[in-house]
Amino acid sequence: MNAIVLSAIWGVVMMFSGLFTSNKNIVRAVAIFGMALLFTVNLLDIYNVHLFKVNVHEMLVFENFGLLFNAVAFGATLVYFLLSGRDFEKVGNHFAEYFALIFFISCGISLVTSYNTLLMLFLGIEIISIPLYILTGSDKRNLKSNEASLKYLLMGAFSTGLMLMGIALIYGAKGSFFLHAISLGNEAINPLMGAGMLLLLFSMSFKVSAAPFHFWTPDVYDGAPTVFTSYMATVVKGAGFIAFIRLFQTGFGSMHPHWQLAVAIITASTLLFGNITAVFQQSVKRMLAYSSIAQAGFMLLAIVSLSQKGNEGLFFYTAAYSLATIGIFAVLLKMKDYTFEGFNGLAKRQPVLAATTTIFLLSLAGIPGTAGFMGKLYMLSAAVENGKVMWLVILAVLCAVISVYYYFRVIQAMYLRESQDATEIEVSPVFKGLLIATAVGIILLGLFPQWLIDTLYFFTI
Amino acid sequence: MKIEYYLYLAIALFCIGVVGVLTRRNAIIIFMCIELMLNAANLLLVALSKMYHAAGVAQNPMAGIDGQLFVFFIMVVAAAEVSVGLAIIVMLYRNTHSVDINFLNRLKH
Repeated sequence: MNAIVLSAIWGVVMMFSGLFTSNKNIVRAVAIFGMALLFTVNLLDIYNVHLFKVNVHEMLVFENFGLLFNAVAFGATLVYFLLSGRDFEKVGNHFAEYFALIFFISCGISLVTSYNTLLMLFLGIEIISIPLYILTGSDKRNLKSNEASLKYLLMGAFSTGLMLMGIALIYGAKGSFFLHAISLGNEAINPLMGAGMLLLLFSMSFKVSAAPFHFWTPDVYDGAPTVFTSYMATVVKGAGFIAFIRLFQTGFGSMHPHWQLAVAIITASTLLFGNITAVFQQSVKRMLAYSSIAQAGFMLLAIVSLSQKGNEGLFFYTAAYSLATIGIFAVLLKMKDYTFEGFNGLAKRQPVLAATTTIFLLSLAGIPGTAGFMGKLYMLSAAVENGKVMWLVILAVLCAVISVYYYFRVIQAMYLRESQDATEIEVSPVFKGLLIATAVGIILLGLFPQWLIDTLYFFTI
Repeated sequence: MKIEYYLYLAIALFCIGVVGVLTRRNAIIIFMCIELMLNAANLLLVALSKMYHAAGVAQNPMAGIDGQLFVFFIMVVAAAEVSVGLAIIVMLYRNTHSVDINFLNRLKH
């Protein structure tokens, strides 16, 4: 509850800070302080210190898994503010409001990690989506940004419509919105229940950009201002997955044999589409958009297998993937040219940037020694233990091999190609230090993965 | 009336909305079709809420109330979505002087 209330309050504080000061450093400092505060009060919640006493009538339940996911999301947002906070200025004049919108999204994230009724799921998803439509279109003069924002709005609202119809049908079958009531009595599948569940599956796949509902993703991620793409592709996507897995574990867990094949097919097509299309991209930003679809395919393995190990894996994977992608986007923001050629010869001009980007890319590709490898390992072993989807495991491994090709194209451009363009990229020592810290974090998570998982256990027992 | 009639009406409205979203090219009409989908869900929720109320009122005078509560939340969220959505459409119109989504193909290249 702490995080929900405080993030909403801090969003308003950010809007006022924009009103009272035009000094961008102060606004940014307020935002970073607010996110650090949010991270702390969320930890306090885990230690049973509740700052706000609100009777939620069991509509929200605060379990440690959801609260720890909040900690990962807020931690990643904090890293994102520190690395890319300065680039918010380039988007437009409403600097403080962008931060305010991100705080409102954080409020939505803490709702979807703790919902216990479909009403709260719907509200959480909408609180995440509506500020994102605005952030996508925040570059008002740029036609690409306008187009991306309209496309995102229409697709997002359409998937909301699907979700609401699904919820209404489930209400027709069960007479309640509570997840525990929905999970009862599903031995024989009721047509209303089946249709409702299918509609919810489609709309959640839209939100996490799983194929065949992924078609909006590359356009939206490409058109949105790059700073906000970085946030959308990482923290928001992770939150979508938590909502997805909570719904299918707590609500529809008793019907697992009925929907497992459908989710497995969605996973397989997501992995194939994401990885194969990413190979043909010319722009690194668009490649990262397709790579985020491909990574979503791996995260879906947790929902297919639906086990304790899958939950741990999803938790770990979100942390690893978010850190690496936020890092790459922070470097990409310093580039003038977003094509692969733009990265030519970066190792000579900016050795630190090139080295850290290499670590981030290796982590995304899943090379041993990085956090990405351990994330993929957890996901695959959860799917193997499930035992019914061996074909999917083989497909996922093959897709991971394909992904190495397009990630290594960037590394090859940085280290083996010569650059024609002599313009210097200016980066501050602080930025370099933060990048190195993020990269070290990724390697430490890869070498000592048990630390994060043990933290999870330490709190849950 | 039997609940089935409401169910069929809601599903028909929903399908009209989905077909409209998939076939029309004008951003505002697409938006109206999305509203139609949301209202189909509203109609179904209200009808079901009344049904559960009639069935359970003897034991619990508040039976079925949660369906109607949900409808209020949908209305609020739909209003928020419309205000943001129309602002985006106006912004697009200022730049392109059109609300036809066929013009929206710059990102493909």
